[in-house]
Amino acid sequence: METQPVTTDQSMMAHPALSFNSVSKTFPDGTRALDDISFSIEPGEFVTVVGPSGCGKSTLLRIASHLEECTSGSYSIDESSIGYVFQDATLMPWRTVQRNVELIAELHKIDKPTRAQLVQEAISLVGLSGFEEKYPRQLSGGMKMRASLARSLVLKPKVFLFDEPFGALDEITRERLNDELLRLFQHEGFAGLFITHSISEAVYMSTRVMVMSARPGRITHTFDIPFAFPRTHDLRYEPEFARICGEISHALRGEQQ
Amino acid sequence: MSSSVESTATNENSSETSIRFRFSDYLGPAVVFAVFIGLWYLLSNVVLPKQKRFLLPSPHRVLTEGFFVWHSGTRRGLYPILMSLWDSAKIALIGLILTIIIGMSLAILMSSRRWFERATWPYLVAVQSAPILALTPLIRALIDGSTKQRLLVVVLIAIFPIVSNTLFGLLSADKSQHELFTLHNTSRWTRLTKLQIPSALPNIFVGLRISAGLAVIGAVVGDFYFREGGVVGIGAQIDVYRARLWGPELITAIILASLLGLTVFLVFGWIAKKVTGKWHISTRGN
Repeated sequence: METQPVTTDQSMMAHPALSFNSVSKTFPDGTRALDDISFSIEPGEFVTVVGPSGCGKSTLLRIASHLEECTSGSYSIDESSIGYVFQDATLMPWRTVQRNVELIAELHKIDKPTRAQLVQEAISLVGLSGFEEKYPRQLSGGMKMRASLARSLVLKPKVFLFDEPFGALDEITRERLNDELLRLFQHEGFAGLFITHSISEAVYMSTRVMVMSARPGRITHTFDIPFAFPRTHDLRYEPEFARICGEISHALRGEQQ
Repeated sequence: MSSSVESTATNENSSETSIRFRFSDYLGPAVVFAVFIGLWYLLSNVVLPKQKRFLLPSPHRVLTEGFFVWHSGTRRGLYPILMSLWDSAKIALIGLILTIIIGMSLAILMSSRRWFERATWPYLVAVQSAPILALTPLIRALIDGSTKQRLLVVVLIAIFPIVSNTLFGLLSADKSQHELFTLHNTSRWTRLTKLQIPSALPNIFVGLRISAGLAVIGAVVGDFYFREGGVVGIGAQIDVYRARLWGPELITAIILASLLGLTVFLVFGWIAKKVTGKWHISTRGN
Protein backbone atom coordinates (compact mmCIF):
# COMPACT_ATOMS: atom_id res chain seq x y z
CA MET A 1 0.00 0.00 0.00
CA GLU A 2 1.20 3.51 -0.70
CA THR A 3 2.21 5.84 2.03
CA GLN A 4 0.63 9.22 2.30
CA PRO A 5 2.66 12.39 2.33
CA VAL A 6 2.82 12.86 6.07
CA THR A 7 3.66 16.26 7.40
CA THR A 8 4.79 16.65 10.93
CA ASP A 9 3.75 20.17 11.74
CA GLN A 10 6.42 21.58 14.02
CA SER A 11 4.37 24.61 14.92
CA MET A 12 2.02 22.47 17.00
CA MET A 13 2.82 22.52 20.64
CA ALA A 14 2.87 18.85 21.60
CA HIS A 15 2.92 15.86 19.28
CA PRO A 16 -0.71 15.11 18.67
CA ALA A 17 -1.49 11.42 18.23
CA LEU A 18 -3.58 12.25 15.19
CA SER A 19 -4.08 15.50 13.33
CA PHE A 20 -5.90 16.47 10.15
CA ASN A 21 -5.05 19.65 8.29
CA SER A 22 -7.68 20.72 5.69
CA VAL A 23 -8.20 17.18 4.50
CA SER A 24 -10.63 16.78 1.60
CA LYS A 25 -11.73 13.72 -0.25
CA THR A 26 -13.62 13.58 -3.51
CA PHE A 27 -14.66 10.20 -4.86
CA PRO A 28 -14.14 9.44 -8.55
CA ASP A 29 -17.88 9.88 -9.13
CA GLY A 30 -17.61 13.47 -7.94
CA THR A 31 -19.10 12.98 -4.45
CA ARG A 32 -17.39 15.28 -1.99
CA ALA A 33 -17.09 12.96 1.01
CA LEU A 34 -14.90 15.20 3.15
CA ASP A 35 -14.48 18.92 2.88
CA ASP A 36 -11.68 20.81 4.58
CA ILE A 37 -11.50 18.73 7.74
CA SER A 38 -9.10 19.97 10.41
CA PHE A 39 -8.72 18.73 13.98
CA SER A 40 -6.19 17.08 16.20
CA ILE A 41 -6.32 14.55 18.99
CA GLU A 42 -3.83 14.47 21.85
CA PRO A 43 -2.96 11.31 23.75
CA GLY A 44 -5.56 10.77 26.45
CA GLU A 45 -8.36 12.36 24.41
CA PHE A 46 -11.38 10.42 23.26
CA VAL A 47 -13.03 12.17 20.34
CA THR A 48 -16.29 11.05 18.80
CA VAL A 49 -17.70 11.98 15.41
CA VAL A 50 -21.49 11.94 15.03
CA GLY A 51 -23.32 12.63 11.83
CA PRO A 52 -26.04 11.38 9.52
CA SER A 53 -25.31 8.14 7.71
CA GLY A 54 -23.34 8.61 4.54
CA CYS A 55 -21.72 11.84 5.71
CA GLY A 56 -18.20 10.48 5.38
CA LYS A 57 -17.51 9.56 8.99
CA SER A 58 -16.06 6.22 8.02
CA THR A 59 -14.05 7.79 5.21
CA LEU A 60 -12.37 9.91 7.88
CA LEU A 61 -11.15 6.77 9.67
CA ARG A 62 -10.20 5.05 6.47
CA ILE A 63 -7.98 7.98 5.53
CA ALA A 64 -6.44 8.16 9.00
CA SER A 65 -5.51 4.47 8.76
CA HIS A 66 -4.21 4.69 5.16
CA LEU A 67 -6.97 2.45 3.82
CA GLU A 68 -7.87 5.31 1.52
CA GLU A 69 -6.03 8.34 0.24
CA CYS A 70 -7.19 11.91 0.62
CA THR A 71 -7.56 14.18 -2.38
CA SER A 72 -5.99 17.21 -0.76
CA GLY A 73 -4.71 18.40 2.60
CA SER A 74 -2.38 16.60 4.95
CA TYR A 75 -2.56 14.57 8.10
CA SER A 76 -0.29 12.89 10.56
CA ILE A 77 -0.78 9.90 12.77
CA ASP A 78 1.41 8.14 15.30
CA GLU A 79 2.46 5.35 12.97
CA SER A 80 4.04 3.16 15.61
CA SER A 81 0.79 1.50 16.52
CA ILE A 82 -2.70 2.06 15.24
CA GLY A 83 -5.65 0.05 16.51
CA TYR A 84 -8.64 -0.25 14.21
CA VAL A 85 -11.96 -1.74 15.23
CA PHE A 86 -14.33 -2.48 12.38
CA GLN A 87 -18.11 -2.22 12.25
CA ASP A 88 -18.38 -5.99 12.41
CA ALA A 89 -16.06 -8.11 14.51
CA THR A 90 -14.19 -9.47 11.42
CA LEU A 91 -13.02 -12.52 13.34
CA MET A 92 -11.61 -15.42 11.35
CA PRO A 93 -14.19 -18.20 11.77
CA TRP A 94 -11.53 -20.92 11.56
CA ARG A 95 -9.57 -19.54 14.51
CA THR A 96 -10.44 -19.87 18.16
CA VAL A 97 -10.76 -16.74 20.29
CA GLN A 98 -7.16 -17.24 21.43
CA ARG A 99 -5.86 -17.57 17.86
CA ASN A 100 -7.99 -14.66 16.64
CA VAL A 101 -6.63 -12.35 19.31
CA GLU A 102 -3.16 -13.55 18.38
CA LEU A 103 -3.56 -12.67 14.71
CA ILE A 104 -2.23 -9.10 14.62
CA ALA A 105 0.73 -9.94 16.82
CA GLU A 106 1.39 -12.81 14.44
CA LEU A 107 1.27 -10.48 11.43
CA HIS A 108 3.86 -8.30 13.16
CA LYS A 109 6.05 -11.37 13.69
CA ILE A 110 6.23 -11.08 17.46
CA ASP A 111 7.84 -14.17 18.94
CA LYS A 112 5.66 -16.86 20.44
CA PRO A 113 6.28 -16.50 24.20
CA THR A 114 5.77 -12.71 24.12
CA ARG A 115 2.73 -13.19 21.94
CA ALA A 116 1.16 -15.68 24.30
CA GLN A 117 1.59 -13.30 27.21
CA LEU A 118 0.19 -10.27 25.34
CA VAL A 119 -2.77 -12.35 24.18
CA GLN A 120 -3.50 -13.53 27.69
CA GLU A 121 -3.45 -9.96 29.00
CA ALA A 122 -5.71 -8.68 26.24
CA ILE A 123 -8.20 -11.51 26.69
CA SER A 124 -8.49 -10.91 30.40
CA LEU A 125 -8.74 -7.12 29.84
CA VAL A 126 -11.89 -7.55 27.76
CA GLY A 127 -13.31 -10.17 30.13
CA LEU A 128 -13.10 -13.17 27.81
CA SER A 129 -11.03 -15.41 30.07
CA GLY A 130 -12.33 -18.94 29.89
CA PHE A 131 -13.52 -18.52 26.30
CA GLU A 132 -10.08 -18.90 24.68
CA GLU A 133 -10.87 -22.17 22.95
CA LYS A 134 -14.29 -21.17 21.59
CA TYR A 135 -14.87 -20.54 17.92
CA PRO A 136 -16.55 -17.29 16.80
CA ARG A 137 -19.77 -19.07 15.85
CA GLN A 138 -20.13 -20.14 19.48
CA LEU A 139 -20.03 -16.53 20.72
CA SER A 140 -22.74 -13.90 21.11
CA GLY A 141 -22.47 -10.60 19.21
CA GLY A 142 -21.10 -8.80 22.26
CA MET A 143 -18.47 -11.43 22.91
CA LYS A 144 -17.36 -11.32 19.28
CA MET A 145 -16.88 -7.57 19.61
CA ARG A 146 -14.86 -8.11 22.80
CA ALA A 147 -12.63 -10.57 20.98
CA SER A 148 -12.21 -8.03 18.19
CA LEU A 149 -11.27 -5.35 20.74
CA ALA A 150 -8.78 -7.70 22.38
CA ARG A 151 -7.19 -8.40 19.01
CA SER A 152 -6.53 -4.67 18.52
CA LEU A 153 -5.40 -4.23 22.13
CA VAL A 154 -2.62 -6.79 21.85
CA LEU A 155 -0.16 -4.33 20.34
CA LYS A 156 -1.10 -1.64 22.86
CA PRO A 157 -1.90 0.98 20.21
CA LYS A 158 -1.38 4.66 20.91
CA VAL A 159 -4.15 5.64 18.52
CA PHE A 160 -7.39 3.73 18.46
CA LEU A 161 -9.87 4.14 15.60
CA PHE A 162 -13.40 2.81 16.09
CA ASP A 163 -15.77 2.56 13.14
CA GLU A 164 -19.21 2.24 14.77
CA PRO A 165 -18.13 -0.90 16.58
CA PHE A 166 -21.25 -1.32 18.69
CA GLY A 167 -23.81 -0.29 16.07
CA ALA A 168 -25.15 -3.80 15.58
CA LEU A 169 -25.53 -4.67 19.27
CA ASP A 170 -28.60 -4.43 21.48
CA GLU A 171 -28.75 -1.49 23.85
CA ILE A 172 -27.90 -3.34 27.06
CA THR A 173 -24.83 -5.00 25.54
CA ARG A 174 -23.84 -1.73 23.92
CA GLU A 175 -23.96 0.22 27.19
CA ARG A 176 -22.00 -2.48 28.96
CA LEU A 177 -19.35 -2.40 26.27
CA ASN A 178 -19.27 1.41 26.46
CA ASP A 179 -18.29 1.06 30.13
CA GLU A 180 -15.69 -1.58 29.34
CA LEU A 181 -14.19 0.54 26.59
CA LEU A 182 -14.03 3.59 28.86
CA ARG A 183 -12.25 1.48 31.46
CA LEU A 184 -9.76 0.34 28.81
CA PHE A 185 -9.34 3.94 27.68
CA GLN A 186 -8.39 5.01 31.21
CA HIS A 187 -6.21 1.98 31.72
CA GLU A 188 -4.29 2.26 28.44
CA GLY A 189 -4.39 6.02 27.88
CA PHE A 190 -4.62 5.85 24.10
CA ALA A 191 -5.99 8.58 21.86
CA GLY A 192 -9.40 7.52 20.59
CA LEU A 193 -11.36 8.48 17.50
CA PHE A 194 -14.80 6.96 17.65
CA ILE A 195 -17.54 6.97 15.02
CA THR A 196 -21.17 6.53 15.99
CA HIS A 197 -24.63 7.78 15.19
CA SER A 198 -25.84 7.46 18.77
CA ILE A 199 -25.70 10.86 20.48
CA SER A 200 -25.84 9.49 24.02
CA GLU A 201 -23.09 7.03 23.29
CA ALA A 202 -21.00 9.89 21.91
CA VAL A 203 -21.51 12.09 24.97
CA TYR A 204 -21.00 9.25 27.43
CA MET A 205 -17.73 8.11 25.89
CA SER A 206 -15.98 11.26 24.82
CA THR A 207 -13.90 14.16 25.96
CA ARG A 208 -14.96 15.92 22.77
CA VAL A 209 -17.76 15.43 20.24
CA MET A 210 -17.57 16.63 16.65
CA VAL A 211 -20.74 16.98 14.59
CA MET A 212 -20.43 16.30 10.89
CA SER A 213 -22.73 17.32 8.07
CA ALA A 214 -23.39 15.31 4.95
CA ARG A 215 -22.40 16.17 1.37
CA PRO A 216 -20.02 17.72 1.70
CA GLY A 217 -18.78 16.08 4.88
CA ARG A 218 -17.77 18.96 7.07
CA ILE A 219 -17.26 19.42 10.80
CA THR A 220 -19.91 21.94 11.77
CA HIS A 221 -19.78 21.94 15.57
CA THR A 222 -17.42 20.80 18.28
CA PHE A 223 -18.52 20.19 21.86
CA ASP A 224 -16.21 19.70 24.82
CA ILE A 225 -17.67 17.20 27.24
CA PRO A 226 -16.85 18.29 30.79
CA PHE A 227 -17.64 15.16 32.82
CA ALA A 228 -14.79 13.73 34.85
CA PHE A 229 -13.55 10.16 34.68
CA PRO A 230 -14.33 7.52 35.79
CA ARG A 231 -17.83 7.90 34.45
CA THR A 232 -20.61 5.67 35.67
CA HIS A 233 -23.86 4.56 34.21
CA ASP A 234 -25.88 7.10 36.25
CA LEU A 235 -24.28 9.92 34.31
CA ARG A 236 -26.73 9.18 31.50
CA TYR A 237 -29.60 10.39 33.68
CA GLU A 238 -28.15 13.70 34.84
CA PRO A 239 -29.71 16.94 33.58
CA GLU A 240 -26.38 18.27 32.33
CA PHE A 241 -25.91 15.11 30.26
CA ALA A 242 -29.37 15.54 28.75
CA ARG A 243 -28.67 19.21 28.03
CA ILE A 244 -25.50 18.43 26.08
CA CYS A 245 -27.25 15.65 24.19
CA GLY A 246 -29.99 18.11 23.32
CA GLU A 247 -27.52 20.66 22.00
CA ILE A 248 -25.80 18.08 19.84
CA SER A 249 -29.13 16.88 18.56
CA HIS A 250 -30.03 20.43 17.56
CA ALA A 251 -26.71 20.86 15.86
CA LEU A 252 -27.34 17.65 13.91
CA ARG A 253 -30.86 18.61 12.91
CA GLY A 254 -29.69 22.01 11.79
CA GLU A 255 -27.60 20.19 9.24
CA GLN A 256 -30.33 17.94 7.95
CA GLN A 257 -32.76 20.09 6.05
CA MET B 1 -12.90 -6.43 36.01
CA SER B 2 -16.63 -6.60 35.67
CA SER B 3 -17.43 -10.25 35.35
CA SER B 4 -19.92 -9.88 32.58
CA VAL B 5 -21.10 -13.02 30.94
CA GLU B 6 -23.49 -12.04 28.23
CA SER B 7 -25.43 -15.06 27.22
CA THR B 8 -23.81 -18.44 27.35
CA ALA B 9 -21.87 -19.91 24.49
CA THR B 10 -24.24 -21.28 21.91
CA ASN B 11 -24.89 -24.53 20.11
CA GLU B 12 -22.63 -27.14 21.58
CA ASN B 13 -24.96 -30.00 20.75
CA SER B 14 -23.64 -30.87 17.30
CA SER B 15 -21.12 -33.47 18.42
CA GLU B 16 -23.61 -35.44 20.50
CA THR B 17 -26.30 -35.80 17.86
CA SER B 18 -23.93 -36.99 15.17
CA ILE B 19 -22.71 -39.92 17.27
CA ARG B 20 -26.12 -41.31 18.13
CA PHE B 21 -27.42 -43.92 15.72
CA ARG B 22 -30.59 -42.74 14.10
CA PHE B 23 -32.74 -45.29 12.36
CA SER B 24 -34.31 -42.70 10.05
CA ASP B 25 -30.89 -41.88 8.58
CA TYR B 26 -30.61 -45.37 7.18
CA LEU B 27 -34.25 -45.96 6.26
CA GLY B 28 -34.12 -43.75 3.14
CA PRO B 29 -31.09 -45.40 1.53
CA ALA B 30 -32.47 -48.88 2.45
CA VAL B 31 -35.80 -48.19 0.75
CA VAL B 32 -34.08 -46.86 -2.36
CA PHE B 33 -31.88 -49.97 -2.42
CA ALA B 34 -34.90 -52.28 -2.21
CA VAL B 35 -36.65 -50.40 -5.02
CA PHE B 36 -33.47 -50.58 -7.08
CA ILE B 37 -33.15 -54.36 -6.67
CA GLY B 38 -36.85 -54.77 -7.45
CA LEU B 39 -36.53 -52.78 -10.67
CA TRP B 40 -33.45 -54.77 -11.61
CA TYR B 41 -35.33 -58.08 -11.27
CA LEU B 42 -38.20 -56.63 -13.25
CA LEU B 43 -35.89 -55.42 -15.98
CA SER B 44 -33.90 -58.64 -16.36
CA ASN B 45 -36.86 -61.05 -16.09
CA VAL B 46 -39.87 -59.24 -17.55
CA VAL B 47 -38.99 -56.15 -19.54
CA LEU B 48 -36.06 -57.46 -21.55
CA PRO B 49 -37.04 -59.89 -24.35
CA LYS B 50 -35.91 -63.47 -23.61
CA GLN B 51 -33.07 -63.58 -26.11
CA LYS B 52 -31.51 -60.40 -24.67
CA ARG B 53 -31.65 -61.28 -21.00
CA PHE B 54 -27.96 -62.27 -20.97
CA LEU B 55 -27.23 -58.53 -21.09
CA LEU B 56 -28.51 -58.03 -17.57
CA PRO B 57 -28.41 -61.14 -15.38
CA SER B 58 -30.56 -61.11 -12.23
CA PRO B 59 -29.00 -59.81 -9.01
CA HIS B 60 -28.63 -63.27 -7.47
CA ARG B 61 -26.73 -64.50 -10.54
CA VAL B 62 -24.36 -61.53 -10.28
CA LEU B 63 -23.73 -62.54 -6.69
CA THR B 64 -23.19 -66.25 -7.32
CA GLU B 65 -21.32 -65.96 -10.62
CA GLY B 66 -19.57 -62.63 -10.16
CA PHE B 67 -18.90 -61.90 -6.51
CA PHE B 68 -18.73 -65.43 -5.09
CA VAL B 69 -16.37 -66.93 -7.68
CA TRP B 70 -12.85 -66.12 -6.55
CA HIS B 71 -10.77 -67.04 -9.55
CA SER B 72 -11.39 -69.11 -12.65
CA GLY B 73 -9.37 -68.80 -15.80
CA THR B 74 -7.35 -65.64 -16.36
CA ARG B 75 -10.19 -63.19 -16.29
CA ARG B 76 -13.12 -64.84 -14.60
CA GLY B 77 -14.05 -64.38 -10.95
CA LEU B 78 -13.71 -61.70 -8.33
CA TYR B 79 -9.90 -61.79 -8.01
CA PRO B 80 -9.01 -60.47 -11.49
CA ILE B 81 -11.71 -57.83 -11.13
CA LEU B 82 -10.27 -56.67 -7.81
CA MET B 83 -6.77 -56.62 -9.28
CA SER B 84 -7.80 -54.34 -12.11
CA LEU B 85 -9.85 -52.24 -9.71
CA TRP B 86 -6.74 -51.76 -7.59
CA ASP B 87 -4.77 -50.82 -10.72
CA SER B 88 -7.36 -48.18 -11.61
CA ALA B 89 -7.60 -46.97 -8.03
CA LYS B 90 -3.85 -46.27 -8.03
CA ILE B 91 -4.15 -44.30 -11.27
CA ALA B 92 -7.15 -42.40 -9.90
CA LEU B 93 -5.35 -41.56 -6.66
CA ILE B 94 -2.06 -40.44 -8.23
CA GLY B 95 -4.04 -38.56 -10.88
CA LEU B 96 -6.12 -36.90 -8.18
CA ILE B 97 -3.03 -35.76 -6.30
CA LEU B 98 -1.65 -34.29 -9.53
CA THR B 99 -5.01 -32.66 -10.19
CA ILE B 100 -5.07 -31.08 -6.74
CA ILE B 101 -1.54 -29.71 -7.08
CA ILE B 102 -2.07 -28.35 -10.59
CA GLY B 103 -5.64 -27.18 -9.95
CA MET B 104 -4.92 -25.35 -6.73
CA SER B 105 -1.82 -23.68 -8.13
CA LEU B 106 -3.85 -22.51 -11.10
CA ALA B 107 -6.59 -21.20 -8.83
CA ILE B 108 -4.10 -19.33 -6.65
CA LEU B 109 -2.50 -17.73 -9.72
CA MET B 110 -5.93 -16.85 -11.09
CA SER B 111 -7.00 -15.29 -7.81
CA SER B 112 -3.97 -13.07 -7.63
CA ARG B 113 -3.79 -11.95 -11.25
CA ARG B 114 -6.96 -10.81 -12.91
CA TRP B 115 -5.55 -11.03 -16.44
CA PHE B 116 -4.46 -14.61 -15.80
CA GLU B 117 -7.94 -15.51 -14.65
CA ARG B 118 -9.45 -14.01 -17.80
CA ALA B 119 -6.87 -15.65 -20.01
CA THR B 120 -7.34 -19.17 -18.60
CA TRP B 121 -11.08 -19.49 -17.96
CA PRO B 122 -12.22 -20.18 -21.53
CA TYR B 123 -9.64 -22.93 -21.90
CA LEU B 124 -10.55 -24.60 -18.65
CA VAL B 125 -14.18 -24.69 -19.73
CA ALA B 126 -13.07 -26.04 -23.10
CA VAL B 127 -11.00 -28.80 -21.47
CA GLN B 128 -13.96 -29.73 -19.31
CA SER B 129 -16.28 -30.16 -22.25
CA ALA B 130 -13.83 -31.64 -24.75
CA PRO B 131 -14.56 -35.31 -25.49
CA ILE B 132 -11.58 -37.41 -24.44
CA LEU B 133 -12.35 -39.79 -27.29
CA ALA B 134 -11.43 -37.05 -29.76
CA LEU B 135 -8.17 -36.34 -27.97
CA THR B 136 -6.91 -39.94 -27.79
CA PRO B 137 -4.84 -39.87 -30.99
CA LEU B 138 -3.19 -36.65 -29.90
CA ILE B 139 -2.44 -37.96 -26.41
CA ARG B 140 -0.97 -41.13 -27.90
CA ALA B 141 1.21 -39.13 -30.22
CA LEU B 142 2.50 -36.80 -27.55
CA ILE B 143 3.00 -39.06 -24.54
CA ASP B 144 4.64 -42.47 -24.24
CA GLY B 145 3.49 -45.13 -21.82
CA SER B 146 -0.04 -45.99 -20.84
CA THR B 147 0.40 -44.92 -17.20
CA LYS B 148 1.26 -41.36 -18.14
CA GLN B 149 -1.49 -41.30 -20.74
CA ARG B 150 -4.05 -42.49 -18.22
CA LEU B 151 -2.89 -39.95 -15.64
CA LEU B 152 -3.31 -37.19 -18.18
CA VAL B 153 -6.89 -38.32 -18.85
CA VAL B 154 -7.61 -38.25 -15.11
CA VAL B 155 -6.27 -34.70 -14.79
CA LEU B 156 -8.18 -33.49 -17.85
CA ILE B 157 -11.45 -34.92 -16.59
CA ALA B 158 -11.09 -34.00 -12.92
CA ILE B 159 -9.45 -30.59 -12.89
CA PHE B 160 -12.32 -28.20 -13.50
CA PRO B 161 -14.25 -28.46 -10.20
CA ILE B 162 -11.15 -28.09 -8.07
CA VAL B 163 -10.05 -24.97 -9.94
CA SER B 164 -13.43 -23.27 -10.00
CA ASN B 165 -14.29 -24.03 -6.36
CA THR B 166 -10.86 -23.10 -5.05
CA LEU B 167 -10.92 -19.85 -7.00
CA PHE B 168 -14.39 -19.01 -5.73
CA GLY B 169 -13.26 -19.74 -2.17
CA LEU B 170 -10.07 -17.69 -2.44
CA LEU B 171 -12.09 -14.68 -3.54
CA SER B 172 -14.73 -15.13 -0.83
CA ALA B 173 -12.97 -13.48 2.13
CA ASP B 174 -14.76 -10.37 3.45
CA LYS B 175 -13.63 -6.92 2.42
CA SER B 176 -13.11 -5.96 6.05
CA GLN B 177 -11.03 -9.07 6.70
CA HIS B 178 -8.84 -8.06 3.78
CA GLU B 179 -8.61 -4.53 5.15
CA LEU B 180 -7.49 -5.87 8.51
CA PHE B 181 -4.55 -7.48 6.72
CA THR B 182 -3.94 -4.32 4.68
CA LEU B 183 -3.78 -2.24 7.88
CA HIS B 184 -0.87 -4.31 9.06
CA ASN B 185 1.08 -4.22 5.80
CA THR B 186 0.81 -7.92 5.21
CA SER B 187 2.69 -9.58 2.37
CA ARG B 188 0.78 -11.31 -0.42
CA TRP B 189 1.98 -14.66 0.82
CA THR B 190 0.79 -14.09 4.40
CA ARG B 191 -2.56 -12.85 3.13
CA LEU B 192 -2.85 -15.98 1.01
CA THR B 193 -1.90 -18.44 3.74
CA LYS B 194 -3.53 -16.80 6.74
CA LEU B 195 -6.67 -15.39 5.13
CA GLN B 196 -7.52 -16.61 1.65
CA ILE B 197 -6.70 -20.31 1.86
CA PRO B 198 -8.35 -20.88 5.26
CA SER B 199 -11.50 -19.07 4.19
CA ALA B 200 -11.51 -21.07 0.97
CA LEU B 201 -11.28 -24.44 2.73
CA PRO B 202 -15.02 -25.25 2.71
CA ASN B 203 -15.17 -24.52 -1.02
CA ILE B 204 -11.93 -26.38 -1.67
CA PHE B 205 -13.45 -29.48 -0.10
CA VAL B 206 -16.58 -29.20 -2.21
CA GLY B 207 -14.34 -29.09 -5.28
CA LEU B 208 -12.21 -31.97 -3.96
CA ARG B 209 -15.22 -34.20 -3.50
CA ILE B 210 -16.41 -33.64 -7.04
CA SER B 211 -12.93 -33.92 -8.51
CA ALA B 212 -12.26 -37.12 -6.56
CA GLY B 213 -15.37 -38.74 -8.06
CA LEU B 214 -14.35 -37.52 -11.50
CA ALA B 215 -10.82 -38.89 -10.99
CA VAL B 216 -12.30 -42.38 -10.64
CA ILE B 217 -14.32 -41.86 -13.82
CA GLY B 218 -11.18 -40.50 -15.48
CA ALA B 219 -9.21 -43.58 -14.50
CA VAL B 220 -11.89 -45.91 -15.89
CA VAL B 221 -12.18 -43.93 -19.11
CA GLY B 222 -8.39 -43.67 -19.33
CA ASP B 223 -7.71 -47.39 -19.16
CA PHE B 224 -10.52 -47.96 -21.60
CA TYR B 225 -8.52 -46.11 -24.23
CA PHE B 226 -4.93 -46.61 -23.11
CA ARG B 227 -3.94 -50.13 -22.17
CA GLU B 228 -0.92 -52.26 -22.79
CA GLY B 229 -0.21 -55.80 -21.57
CA GLY B 230 -0.01 -57.09 -18.00
CA VAL B 231 -2.60 -56.09 -15.45
CA VAL B 232 -5.26 -53.93 -16.99
CA GLY B 233 -7.46 -51.34 -15.36
CA ILE B 234 -11.10 -51.86 -14.55
CA GLY B 235 -12.22 -49.90 -17.60
CA ALA B 236 -10.35 -52.23 -19.93
CA GLN B 237 -11.65 -55.22 -17.98
CA ILE B 238 -15.23 -54.01 -18.37
CA ASP B 239 -14.66 -53.63 -22.10
CA VAL B 240 -13.50 -57.25 -22.34
CA TYR B 241 -16.53 -58.54 -20.42
CA ARG B 242 -18.77 -56.48 -22.63
CA ALA B 243 -17.20 -57.88 -25.78
CA ARG B 244 -17.42 -61.47 -24.50
CA LEU B 245 -20.96 -61.03 -23.18
CA TRP B 246 -19.97 -62.09 -19.66
CA GLY B 247 -22.94 -60.53 -17.92
CA PRO B 248 -22.29 -61.37 -14.25
CA GLU B 249 -18.62 -60.31 -14.39
CA LEU B 250 -19.57 -57.15 -16.27
CA ILE B 251 -22.12 -56.11 -13.67
CA THR B 252 -19.79 -57.05 -10.80
CA ALA B 253 -17.05 -54.87 -12.26
CA ILE B 254 -19.44 -51.96 -12.75
CA ILE B 255 -20.71 -52.22 -9.16
CA LEU B 256 -17.18 -52.35 -7.75
CA ALA B 257 -16.11 -49.36 -9.82
CA SER B 258 -19.09 -47.40 -8.49
CA LEU B 259 -18.24 -48.45 -4.95
CA LEU B 260 -14.73 -47.11 -5.46
CA GLY B 261 -16.21 -43.77 -6.50
CA LEU B 262 -18.56 -43.79 -3.51
CA THR B 263 -15.70 -44.60 -1.11
CA VAL B 264 -13.60 -41.75 -2.44
CA PHE B 265 -16.58 -39.40 -2.08
CA LEU B 266 -17.19 -40.47 1.53
CA VAL B 267 -13.51 -40.28 2.47
CA PHE B 268 -13.27 -36.69 1.28
CA GLY B 269 -16.51 -35.79 3.02
CA TRP B 270 -15.07 -37.19 6.22
CA ILE B 271 -11.79 -35.29 5.82
CA ALA B 272 -13.73 -32.08 5.16
CA LYS B 273 -15.71 -32.58 8.34
CA LYS B 274 -12.52 -33.22 10.34
CA VAL B 275 -10.84 -30.10 9.03
CA THR B 276 -13.65 -27.55 8.86
CA GLY B 277 -16.43 -29.10 10.93
CA LYS B 278 -15.57 -27.20 14.08
CA TRP B 279 -16.00 -23.76 12.63
CA HIS B 280 -17.84 -24.07 9.36
CA ILE B 281 -21.62 -24.25 9.36
CA SER B 282 -23.14 -25.53 6.18
CA THR B 283 -26.51 -24.19 5.15
CA ARG B 284 -28.15 -27.34 6.47
CA GLY B 285 -27.00 -26.37 9.97
CA ASN B 286 -25.33 -28.99 12.11
